[in-house]
Amino acid sequence: MHDAAITEAGAHPDDAHVTYTGLDNVKMAMWAFLGSECLFFGALISAHLLYRNRTGDGPTRHDVYDIPYTSVSSFVLLMSSLTMVLALAAIQRGDQRRLRIWLMATALLGASFIGGQFFEFTEFVHSGLTIQTSPFGSSFFVLTGFHGAHVTIGILMLLSMYTLSRLGKLPSTDASKVEMVGLYWHFVDIVWIVIFTVVYLFP
Amino acid sequence: MTTETSLEEHAHDHPSEFQYVKVAIFLGIVTALEVIVVYISALENLVIPILGVMMVVKFGAVAGYFMHLKFDSKIFRRFFVLGIVLAIAIFGIVLWTFTVADRLPGAAS
Repeated sequence: MHDAAITEAGAHPDDAHVTYTGLDNVKMAMWAFLGSECLFFGALISAHLLYRNRTGDGPTRHDVYDIPYTSVSSFVLLMSSLTMVLALAAIQRGDQRRLRIWLMATALLGASFIGGQFFEFTEFVHSGLTIQTSPFGSSFFVLTGFHGAHVTIGILMLLSMYTLSRLGKLPSTDASKVEMVGLYWHFVDIVWIVIFTVVYLFP
Repeated sequence: MTTETSLEEHAHDHPSEFQYVKVAIFLGIVTALEVIVVYISALENLVIPILGVMMVVKFGAVAGYFMHLKFDSKIFRRFFVLGIVLAIAIFGIVLWTFTVADRLPGAAS
């Protein structure tokens, strides 16, 4: 074993593993993945910025956007980040009951956001804006649709964590699993912060 | 890397639950201000820079406090910042190419 290798700090003595950086490799991979996701969403956001005014004969963004409604959805997603971080704090101190409460709260807030997005999409379609109407419609639905897909995957991961906890298979020594799900969830929130400002609020 | 420096980098001083709640309240207030700014006609010319600053502040608060980037190892921060910088650089060039560069003298029509 290399001299520089150390036991991962903060890990449970029984589960501690040795890495060359002293950092959790899974967490490192997660951050690299999130860095690459920045490029993925960057492509979709820049495509939308290019096409947002190309509406053809279809409705413009001023015709379809409902800023107060989307603001409430944004607030709901922001608060889900709070419940997520409270879930992590709960498992780190070994409180399984609060872990499950906060995990379920996060999943429900995420589901509310997705429900709101589904309603918004339905309203847009009724207003005549579909993915085929115009470049604006295509870029909008692809961007927000991919974000919604990410949120949905996050909800499934949260429900998996909830189930594992219910089955007693998520001890506090496995807090890093909740932390990884949390990082993913917060990233999805961060992406929405950008989408909300750039896509909905920018004139 | 020595054991000491690695452990130092790995220092965990995560915020308390009360601090998380304070950050969430702050995020809610900034979101409300963002929406208010959009409807103030006197700020019409400044709305993009103001919204941009607010967006960066919210982004930083979630990444720094909820994702613990402010407290975790700098290596994680570098991974994430690298992705953000690459995204801004690459897609900034793309946007510039498709908008400004198209209108420059001598640009192919």
